[in-house]
Amino acid sequence: MEVSITPYRDGPYLLRGPFTLRDQDGVAIANSRRVVALCRCGKSRTRPFCDGTHRLIDFHAPSGLESSLDSSVEDEGQNGD
Amino acid sequence: MAIEIAKEHRGQASARSLPLPPSRGPLTASLFTALLGQPGSPISSNFSLAVENPLADDDLQLALYVCYELHYAELEGVDQRWEWAPSLLGYRALLEAQFESAINALVLPCTPRQRADVGGSLQEILANDESPSLSRYVETQASLEEFLELAIHRSAYQLKEADPHSWAIPRLTGAPKAALVEVQADEYGGGSAERMHSVLFANTMAALGLDARYGHYLAQLPGITLAGVNLMSFFGLHRRLRGALVGHLAGFEMTSSIPNRRYGNALRRMGYGAPATDFYDEHVEADAVHENIAAWDLAHRLASEEPALAADILMGARALLAVEGLWAGHLMAAWQRGETSLPRSCAPIHE
Repeated sequence: MEVSITPYRDGPYLLRGPFTLRDQDGVAIANSRRVVALCRCGKSRTRPFCDGTHRLIDFHAPSGLESSLDSSVEDEGQNGD
Repeated sequence: MAIEIAKEHRGQASARSLPLPPSRGPLTASLFTALLGQPGSPISSNFSLAVENPLADDDLQLALYVCYELHYAELEGVDQRWEWAPSLLGYRALLEAQFESAINALVLPCTPRQRADVGGSLQEILANDESPSLSRYVETQASLEEFLELAIHRSAYQLKEADPHSWAIPRLTGAPKAALVEVQADEYGGGSAERMHSVLFANTMAALGLDARYGHYLAQLPGITLAGVNLMSFFGLHRRLRGALVGHLAGFEMTSSIPNRRYGNALRRMGYGAPATDFYDEHVEADAVHENIAAWDLAHRLASEEPALAADILMGARALLAVEGLWAGHLMAAWQRGETSLPRSCAPIHE
C-alpha cells in the first residue's frame, strides 16, 4: 500500500499507509494509529498531530493546490488569529 | 488495573443486559407491564399518548429508550422475542411520531446553497452553534460531583459508543460505506478490545468510583439525556433516515476533539490521570482524524452520490446540536442553581 497525504478542506493533513514519523534528529515520534491527522493550521497543542484547534481559529485552506493567482482563496487562507 | 477492568467489562459486554428501570408515568407503566408478559401481547394505551414537550418528557423518552434497548441488550425478565413483536413496534411508532415532530420543529430547514456543499455547510452550522459551552465550564470550574454527574449522563451512550451509527453500514454503498467503516473500526478499538471506546469509558467510570455496568444509572437519567441517545437510535433504525444518521455522526465527530480535551483537562485539574483520562485523551487525536473522514469522505460524498439525502444529512447534524444544546442547558442550569442535574438520584453517587 502506498503512503498518501490528503489535505482536508479547512482541516489537517491525513496521513495513510506504512509511515514512520521522525523528528529532525531521526527519533521516532510515538504513534499507534494507522491514520493520523497532522496539524495544518499551526495552532494544535499536540503538534505535529491535529487536535481540532483549527475549528476554534476559523482556519481556511483548500483541499487541492492553492493558486496564488486566485485572490479569493488567498483571502480565505488568512486566518488572522 | 485498567486491563483488569477492561476484561471484566468485556466479559459483561458478551451478555449485555440491564434491569427494567422503575416506570415514570403512564407510557412506561403500560409498556413495562406488557414487556413482563407474553411477547406480542397488546400494550395498553387507554389514555392520550400525547405529551407536551416530547424531548424533555421523562416518561416518553424512557419508554422510547427501552423500546430501542431491545435491539442492543437483554432486558432482565423480558422475553427477547419482544424485539420484533408487532404490538411493540406499533407502540414505538406512536412514540416516535411525537419525537420526530418535536425534532423537526426544532431544526431549521437548509437552503439550496447549503445542500450543494454539505461538507462546508456542516462546518458552517457547527461554527454558528450558540449552545452553552458545557466543556469550557467543566474544564475550568466544575466540581468533582458535577463531573461524576456528567459521566453518568454520558454513560447512556458511551457504554455503547458507536453502536447506533453502525446501523448505517448495511445501508450505504461504495466510498461512503468505506469511510463509515474506517471510523467505526477505530471506535471499536481497531482490533483491540481493550481500546474499544466503550471499554475506555467503562475504565473512566471505574477509575472515578462509578458503577460501569451497562444501564446501571438508567433509572436516574432525565428525559433530555435519553433524548440524545434516542435520536441516534431513531435515525439508525429507520433506513429512510440514513442521511440524518450520517449527518449526526459527522456533527458528533466534528464537535468532539476540543470538548474531550477540556474534559481530560478537568480530570487532571482534579488530580486524576490515566486510566481516568484515557477515554478523553484518545478522543482528541482519534476524532481529529474522524471528523475529516466523517464530514468529507462520508457525509459530503454521500450527498454528491445521493443528492436527495443532502437535506437529511444537514438535518441530522442540526438535530444533534439542538438536542445536545438542550441537554447542556439542563446541566448548566441545575448546577447554577446549586442542584443536581440528576433529579432522580436517590443516593449519593460517590462515597
